[in-house]
Amino acid sequence: MSAVNTERLAPWIITIALFLLWEAACILFDMPAYVLPRPTLVLAEMWNFKGAILLNSLQTLWTTVAGFAIAVVFGLALGIFIGWSKAIYSGLYPVMIGFNSIPKVAVVPILVLWFGVGTVPAILTAFLISFFPIVVNVATGLATLEPEMEDVLRALGASKLEIMLKVGIPRSMPYFFGSLKVAITLAFVGAIISETIAANSGLGHLMLQAQANFEVPLVFGCLIALAILGIAMYAIFALLEQRMTGWAFRSGINAG
Amino acid sequence: MAFVELSGTSLAYRTRDGEVLALDAADMAVEKGEFTAVVGPSGCGKSTLMKLVTGLRPPTAGTVSVAGERVRGPLKIAGMAFQNATLLPWRTVRDNVLLPLEIVKPHRSRIRSHRREYEERADAILETVGLAGFGDRFPWELSGGMQQRVSLCRALVHEPELLMLDEPFAALDAFTREELWCVLRDLWQEQHFTCILVTHDLREAVFLADTIHVMSARPGRILHRHVIDIPRPRDLEILYDRASVDIIHTLRHQIAGVRQQ
Repeated sequence: MSAVNTERLAPWIITIALFLLWEAACILFDMPAYVLPRPTLVLAEMWNFKGAILLNSLQTLWTTVAGFAIAVVFGLALGIFIGWSKAIYSGLYPVMIGFNSIPKVAVVPILVLWFGVGTVPAILTAFLISFFPIVVNVATGLATLEPEMEDVLRALGASKLEIMLKVGIPRSMPYFFGSLKVAITLAFVGAIISETIAANSGLGHLMLQAQANFEVPLVFGCLIALAILGIAMYAIFALLEQRMTGWAFRSGINAG
Repeated sequence: MAFVELSGTSLAYRTRDGEVLALDAADMAVEKGEFTAVVGPSGCGKSTLMKLVTGLRPPTAGTVSVAGERVRGPLKIAGMAFQNATLLPWRTVRDNVLLPLEIVKPHRSRIRSHRREYEERADAILETVGLAGFGDRFPWELSGGMQQRVSLCRALVHEPELLMLDEPFAALDAFTREELWCVLRDLWQEQHFTCILVTHDLREAVFLADTIHVMSARPGRILHRHVIDIPRPRDLEILYDRASVDIIHTLRHQIAGVRQQ
């Protein structure tokens, strides 16, 4: 087997190995299913509830993507605004840090108060939790622009806007696309937090119900569904990142 | 009046420890089409001089004027190149060279509609520095010396009247550096722009320049001005002639004296 093949297969092998280990441990220690169900049991339960899982996954997916989309637009705009000048950067950054330090779980009740139980708080929680890395990355990309490059353009009579459009923004794109794969997973976490606290549908809600009914295998089934969705979304944005900013991943192609 | 003129020009930076005088009452005059080099010990404010002449920083005392007009803001006509090539990695070599034309008038409004014409222009200047056929490459595919050639092309593509070079060859190996001296010599011979070259390489200064200004350690002051009357065209061999060796010797001596103060 070639090295490339091994690298491709490694994640699958590790995943399967983990599940085998889990199964073996459950049998070996004679774990009761209501404490830690065996993976085979979890998979069987997932099959039994495939309709509910699918439906609620779609709901979670929709709130995640909606919140994430708002975060992208807002994060990009705020990031460019903050990165525009040193003064704005140093003025707004502490406020941002303060905002980001608030656990979003604490915000959900307020959102419920304002918008009621359901989809809207989930979307907003997903948005609130995921815009921060986008803002920070875009602002950092802009703020770390080489002063020489700025001098070259200014000595040609370029305006601040032109410097941003020609150099600043393209330069911060790898940071932006890099932040998307972090942001999408965070948005996902945000949506689920909100769903487990106050919602009528979604994977988080399903999980809560399963727990209330003591259907532990289904709780684990939901967790696996969450992991699969999370990996899929991360993979999509990692791929997008490579497509959009290939020039930033140039090591290995070049001679120096 | 000279093309570039500094009279009594000072610049003080404000830092946490109070004011630092980077340049102290400098007087300097560079004629149109003249190639001048500024040499001095490190930290003598050579780069400050660049910022003042291009109008990127206003002086705290004295005046700077270029082409008969007092400099009150960024020049809008100067080409610049630095020790780092500062090329944009997402643009091809050709598009990097074209960058200034997207900004300076009158090209900025024409470049979209006359794309072909401008691409040919970029290719032509790339050819003069020995990079024919490299237009579609990306900067990271080029060696350091080649990147610096591209940087020179970018600084000159809009045919600026003034070229400012801040130790452009300092990061290159000795052989590549000498090669690029010749590239710059040929470009200057052809376009005859006014050039201010900041360097700490005395041989580089003697080989390329018409005049050499020697600066003192911080606060920077212009101490001596030498006229290099070695006939042109010059080739690298002249650096081993008696006249060049004598000048280099004198310069060395003067800078060593400054460093000890």
